Amino acid sequence: MKREYVYRAFERFWHWMQAMLILFLGITGFEIHGSIRFFGYDQAVRYHNTAAISFLVLIVFAIFWHFTTGEWRQYLPTWKNLRAQAEYYVFGIFRNAPHPTKKTVLSKLNPLQKLVYAGLKALVIPVMVISGLLYMFYRYPHRYEVLGLNVGGLEVIAVVHTIGAFLLVSFFVAHLYLITTGHTVTSNLKAMITGYEELPEESDEKKSSVEANEPVLTK
Amino acid sequence: MKRIFFGLIVFGMVLGMIMLALHGKSTESTPLAKLNEQYAKKTKASVDHSMFQQLKKRFVKPQDVTAACISCHNGRASEVMQSTHWNWERTEYIAGKGIRAIGKRNVLNNYCIGISGNQQSCNRCHIGYGYSDASFNFSDSLNVDCLACHDNSATYVKAIDGAGMPDKSVDLNYVAQHVGKPDRTNCGTCHFFGGGGNNVKHGDLEQALFDPTRDVDVHMASAGPDMQCVDCHTAQKHQMLGKMYSVSSMNRNRVECEHCHSAMPHADDVLNEHTYKVACQTCHIPIYAKVNPTKLNWDWSTAGKLKNGEPYEEKDSSGTDIYMSIKGSFKWGKQLRPDYIWFNGTASHYLLGDTLDPLKVLEINTLYGSYDDPDSKIYPVKIHRAKQIYDVVNKYLIQPKLVEVKAGDGGFWKEFNWERADEEGMKQVRLPYSGKYGFVETEMYWPINHMVSPKEQSVQCAECHTRENGRLARVGGFYMPGRDYSTIVDRLGVGVLILTLIGVILHGTARVVVYRKRKDAK
Repeated sequence: MKREYVYRAFERFWHWMQAMLILFLGITGFEIHGSIRFFGYDQAVRYHNTAAISFLVLIVFAIFWHFTTGEWRQYLPTWKNLRAQAEYYVFGIFRNAPHPTKKTVLSKLNPLQKLVYAGLKALVIPVMVISGLLYMFYRYPHRYEVLGLNVGGLEVIAVVHTIGAFLLVSFFVAHLYLITTGHTVTSNLKAMITGYEELPEESDEKKSSVEANEPVLTK
Repeated sequence: MKRIFFGLIVFGMVLGMIMLALHGKSTESTPLAKLNEQYAKKTKASVDHSMFQQLKKRFVKPQDVTAACISCHNGRASEVMQSTHWNWERTEYIAGKGIRAIGKRNVLNNYCIGISGNQQSCNRCHIGYGYSDASFNFSDSLNVDCLACHDNSATYVKAIDGAGMPDKSVDLNYVAQHVGKPDRTNCGTCHFFGGGGNNVKHGDLEQALFDPTRDVDVHMASAGPDMQCVDCHTAQKHQMLGKMYSVSSMNRNRVECEHCHSAMPHADDVLNEHTYKVACQTCHIPIYAKVNPTKLNWDWSTAGKLKNGEPYEEKDSSGTDIYMSIKGSFKWGKQLRPDYIWFNGTASHYLLGDTLDPLKVLEINTLYGSYDDPDSKIYPVKIHRAKQIYDVVNKYLIQPKLVEVKAGDGGFWKEFNWERADEEGMKQVRLPYSGKYGFVETEMYWPINHMVSPKEQSVQCAECHTRENGRLARVGGFYMPGRDYSTIVDRLGVGVLILTLIGVILHGTARVVVYRKRKDAK
């Protein structure tokens, strides 16, 4: 095992800000939705709008970072090892089998992560951003008398936004749990805090992916 | 190091935006201060009427006063005679019915029904002298009652059942020498007592407004700008701004809050956006009938019961009438949350002779509006429900004769005989009466415009944006956050979330169990 610098400062900052914002948007959003009571309706709306604008700023910087560093390639979905990774969570993990995908600095996401994160980045977040902006500004055509752009009502916008919110909350729960499925229970969490993680070296790699598809006998 | 610096910049920006948004703009709005300043200047009469010789000569009858007024205020009487206050009708376009002359003269309501045959009593509140029946001469300027509106001595009273004539006790010379701009006393004497008693009709117009606290009415409070009715209901050539949808139909000549406060008066933009679809009154009049009860239900079908051949009254513990032999049974309400409707400023009316369906609740006036209509906003209303008399065979509402002017003229309040009252009343409106009567349920819609509360008492967000029993629970046609949701999406969403939780818990538990077994095995 070798100690590697996996998550750079901005990446960690971006991750934790995003985590806090999504949590906060979730709480305030579901208060606006009428599911929970926490801040009080008017505060929930105010906080939700503020957090949404903050999130937009963060997204702009994150997009810039992804493209200038080339890190966006990490999220390109792949079929390779997808099945093996799924089988690992269903079987291997209980047999103390090794992770089927080797985590390296150049490839730090397993195929399932790639798929889910790509889905979030390319689909859920954009849908949330667009429906959220429409939700916030759908009255502007009326205000500025651009009647051709008048939005009849909130229903479709709100329902789409709600669907996305449920997906994000479910993702959040699953994500919190999957943190514990790293090399050790806390290694993923530590890595995202410090940036450093113990990663398998070249020599460890040999008994990795291919074998994982076979049942592994416990020692 | 660079990266940390970069991260800090982003963090700083995000923090900055949060601070900026939370800080808000809370400065006292200067427009409001200007309005207070404007209404702090109370007008003073420019002349002293008690000095005028014309008003010192002895007035025998009220028409003499009018003649004296006109002798200086030349042309004013003809302005008054153009007004709805005088004519009790105006020409209106009613959707589906065309152009009709409607007003108190010929429109029915579900309180005391209508004036026809009852002018002797009802027309005490007409701004003329002697409008005692349909033959009243509307072109005689001497019958204009200047004093009803312009008495500033607070001693002018019109006689009960006097068809608008002043009470015997009135000193016409004294009143004529103390005239001026109308104040709340002048208007309130009639408008606070519509329907036969204090606050019966409107619910937001009552004697508490003669001298209200700020909590009752923020505009009229003497501890506030002490505004008079005519400060909002301004007049040009005696044509007053404002009217009521019990007797009018068109979206014109309305008094609107925006006239003074602008269409977007809030510091908060989210609140300003509400003004596209929500009338000011909806949030700023959270309750009406704040001080005294208003009538909510009037059942005419129980009227006419007698004890030992004599009419009687029953009162509840607070001293409010709940039964009167002459009128039937009542329900009242105080400190009420209004009902809310979409309203675009146009209305329709039940007009004399219109056919009705006795199995349905009849809307005496219908206020139009819907979410999709760009002219509509949500307005607060009082709904007055009644059971009132109708002709079972001809299927239309009956105008009964209630007031007895001459003995034996059929007035229900003396004879308690519906057949006679109907027959005589219907003669007045020139409609056939079959002789068979019944009682039909009716509703009237009264927009609530007065009793504006201090802003701290305005309706709060969650009073409407809530799933349970919100103020707008029954206002349909649109999606409102906090109230509305897609049942399917919510069920599926919660389902997915629960499945995820179950999956996580099962998976986690299994891992712990396997880990322990393995540990024990070692």
